[in-house]
Amino acid sequence: MTDVETLHDVTVTVNGVRRTAAVPARRLLSDFLRHDLRLTGTHVGCEHGVCGACTVLVDGAPMRSCLMFAVSAQQHEITTVEGLGSSTDARVAPTGESLSPVQQAFAECHGLQCGFCTPGFLTTVTAYLEENPTPTNEEAREAISGNLCRCTGYQNIVKSVLRAAEITAERRGEAAASGGGEPA
Amino acid sequence: MTTQMFGAPIRRKEDPRLVSGGGRYLDDLGHDALAAAFVRSPHAHARIVEIDAADAVDVEGVVGIYVHEDLPGRVGEPLPLLIPHPTLTHGRTGHALARDEVNHVGEAVVMVVATDRYVAEDACQRIRVTYEQLPPVVGIEAARDGVRLVHDDVPGNVAAHMLQEVGDVDAALAASPHTLTLELDIERSACTPMEGRGVYARWDDERGELRLWSSTQTSTGVRAAVAAKLDLPLAKVECIAPDVGGGFGVKIVHPWPEEVLVPWAARLLGQPVKFTEDRREHFVSAAHERGQLQTVTIGFDDDGRLLALDVKLWHDNGAYTPYGIIVPIITSTQLLGPYKPGAYRCEFWSLYTNTVLVTPYRGAGRPQGCFAMERAMDAIADELALDRTEVRSRNFILPSEMPYDHGLLFQDGRPLKYDSGDFPASLAKIKALVGWDDFAAYRATAEAEGRRVGLGIGCYVEGTGVGPYEGGHIQIETSGRVNVSTGLTSQGQGHETVFAQIVADELGVRLEDVHVTTGDSRKMAYAVGTFASRAAVMSGSAIALAARKVRTKALRIAADALEVSPQDLEIVEGTVRVKGAPATSMSLGTVSVLSNPLRYAFDEAAQAATQFAGTFDPDKPPVADDDEPGLEGRDFYSPTQATFANGMHAAIVETDPVTAEIRILRYCVVHDCGTMINPMIVEGQVHGGVAQGVGGALYERMAYDESGQLLNASFMDFLVPYASEVPTIETDHLETPSPLNPLGIKGAGEAGCIPVSAVIASAIEDAEGFPITRMPISPNDLWELRRRHAAGEIPSLHRATRTAPKETTA
Ligand code: FES
Ligand code: FES
Repeated sequence: MTDVETLHDVTVTVNGVRRTAAVPARRLLSDFLRHDLRLTGTHVGCEHGVCGACTVLVDGAPMRSCLMFAVSAQQHEITTVEGLGSSTDARVAPTGESLSPVQQAFAECHGLQCGFCTPGFLTTVTAYLEENPTPTNEEAREAISGNLCRCTGYQNIVKSVLRAAEITAERRGEAAASGGGEPA
Repeated sequence: MTTQMFGAPIRRKEDPRLVSGGGRYLDDLGHDALAAAFVRSPHAHARIVEIDAADAVDVEGVVGIYVHEDLPGRVGEPLPLLIPHPTLTHGRTGHALARDEVNHVGEAVVMVVATDRYVAEDACQRIRVTYEQLPPVVGIEAARDGVRLVHDDVPGNVAAHMLQEVGDVDAALAASPHTLTLELDIERSACTPMEGRGVYARWDDERGELRLWSSTQTSTGVRAAVAAKLDLPLAKVECIAPDVGGGFGVKIVHPWPEEVLVPWAARLLGQPVKFTEDRREHFVSAAHERGQLQTVTIGFDDDGRLLALDVKLWHDNGAYTPYGIIVPIITSTQLLGPYKPGAYRCEFWSLYTNTVLVTPYRGAGRPQGCFAMERAMDAIADELALDRTEVRSRNFILPSEMPYDHGLLFQDGRPLKYDSGDFPASLAKIKALVGWDDFAAYRATAEAEGRRVGLGIGCYVEGTGVGPYEGGHIQIETSGRVNVSTGLTSQGQGHETVFAQIVADELGVRLEDVHVTTGDSRKMAYAVGTFASRAAVMSGSAIALAARKVRTKALRIAADALEVSPQDLEIVEGTVRVKGAPATSMSLGTVSVLSNPLRYAFDEAAQAATQFAGTFDPDKPPVADDDEPGLEGRDFYSPTQATFANGMHAAIVETDPVTAEIRILRYCVVHDCGTMINPMIVEGQVHGGVAQGVGGALYERMAYDESGQLLNASFMDFLVPYASEVPTIETDHLETPSPLNPLGIKGAGEAGCIPVSAVIASAIEDAEGFPITRMPISPNDLWELRRRHAAGEIPSLHRATRTAPKETTA
């Protein structure tokens, strides 16, 4: 009785890699990333644009992937939490993960508990600090006020934002001192 | 000794993985699984007349559509009542899929299994269910008057009626120089973890085995429940809690209907099946808590000392009681807080309503109890013109009176007996932290600027670490890797870190060599679960005991090989060595090799062990009669009673004289959870609890209309606080060790949220000059209260009329 859904080829660059998949027009970007590309770091907390857990960077700007269709991401560049550690100012942690300043700061400041909301905060804060490298305490709080976290009470997330700004400055300083070379 | 790990603010071991997208939550698993979706009742109370799925069966991708009639045997029987109680005379549970009748909006009626969730939901939309609507019972008053019934065979909607009394309350009240009665009201809220519920099951037909993953607070509980429901031997069912995106109580319930249906369908279809709850489903088909009406009558002397406390409460348990009546039982016992109540009586009625069922939410009845007791303390102070902290301190149980037995039974059926605590010291700390004695001056300055501010306080005692037991298992591999497992689950409490800290210290190994697994029934089959602030106390203690066993064994084996006495040995950074002669040593990995007589030289440790060949005795077996191969140990911790943590919070709020907007200017916490394993993590728990408390005090309420529709079943409408709503939280700690467990620890998970509504009410009342008896409170509510106060419908506080007259309210 019902027809098979028409599939559309979607090609996006995700974390620097071109990916193509055939998906129905109604497929949410969040589901596309999570289930078609199996990048499950992006989480879904509400599916109605309120919680921010699904935030990814689309051409560098934070977007709620549950409010976007995969087909509308055609030819755009997407960064998910899995891609944050590939930034030039990331460093390899003793446990082997490559962590960007924002990721490093959240781990240092106990900015997460269950970690479910965390990818959305990390992407949001990454984009924010690009524009605002030296936020005040108040500005840091404001910057994360569109994302929900049920575990932390936000105290340590605010700290993490401030610490991330510090680490970014430190690492960029180091890079400049060493002639702007790419870290390993 | 290596650097002390216990007590240090160690960074969490789980975080590098979680911040890099390496978490594996329920819906991150099973990409090949079929998806389940549900048709849920749109009515609060109705009879199911007909279910027509004809239009849905042809939807491309649909694999199965199931209604109650399709469920065989126990799968179709009522869900279990997990915690029966003698006073729960009319316990009722639902079915995995509704049979004949639905009792709340959101109750599952039909399950669709399809190739993906989109398709499953398409099919759900094509299924037509005809209902005959029945009159719904919504709200505690409607339940209490008993005109309409939720369940025909439950008279008066009363699931349980319970009374506990210590002393003669009527006589004590009659003899009291002063008496007061308070009518209090707390509305419903809910856990709303960022990750909803979810379950994923795979059936292995060749082995006849079921493996399931659930976003649960008790994997052993789900395992046993599912095995019983599906008539499978326990040995053929495994349950694993993967990373869990928050729980806060709601995920302790087991089995949820979906936890029965998804494994059942996986076996029936021979294909993996997964269900991931969406946000709306979480609001209407998981669980809520908090809704209670409370009448508190107190008798007290001229000094403000309680002589009698008489509490009646009406608890809204929703449509069913799968988790028994734990919540009102906790309210009725934990309400006492740090005080001696004089004669005490608590009577409660647990009532059915046609709303989502009620199970514990972080705090579990304590926020309501604390609200009752603390409102009473403030009322006494106001009546007698005493300082609010003075009244509290006059009623405190003193350190010299510990252990203190209230003569009541606690939630675990054991005596309500406080093990330790120094309430006067906690009070002194909170007064210093918030600047209690300087507040009058601060207020005067604020008032001169036309601002209205108030100061509030709230104290609580929390029974934590209830039994019956948890276990710990530790195994040291030949590489020196230390594997630790405990059966209870994790939802963000940092168990991988805190349990590793305990093991690192007990064994003398490096933190990075310790690897903790929780919530995996394959690793530890005996466990209870993570709730009631019990994980650190219960599993922490069990793991410490297991580590001590392993240490003893390691020292015995090493002493043998090194030909010294075990007392002369120490373990430092994973090496067993002779005290004072550290060159005589062997690694724990080598000890592990020696512990197993089957020694193929697979690795360096095994080769290294050949130098310690030992003496060969042909008359002895390779493994002694009372020994086991391997360097491992297991132990369980089972306490005689709960251990009682406590804390005191204070806040300064500002209320806008015109708009009635409420702002928390300062929020201060003093917290005593005994010895802290990791203060950074304890502090994080307190922060999270306070934020949930602030939500419960100012923003979160379940808005049911009279027909039983939940009007705000989304994060758009149910206001979980963002960072902009949570104040900066200032904390200070006291560490009064528990004498009950080997580590001196008490639970910390729930503490933060318990007194918040009481504190905020106390502060708003102080700012406004009239009593606050109903929480949460919105600017709208406050504005309305001001209007009624101005109209003379609400009396002023005595202190508002005693001091210089204030400007009139809006
Ligand atoms: S899942 Fe997209 S905003 Fe909540
Ligand atoms: S860390 Fe659990 S929701 Fe934010």
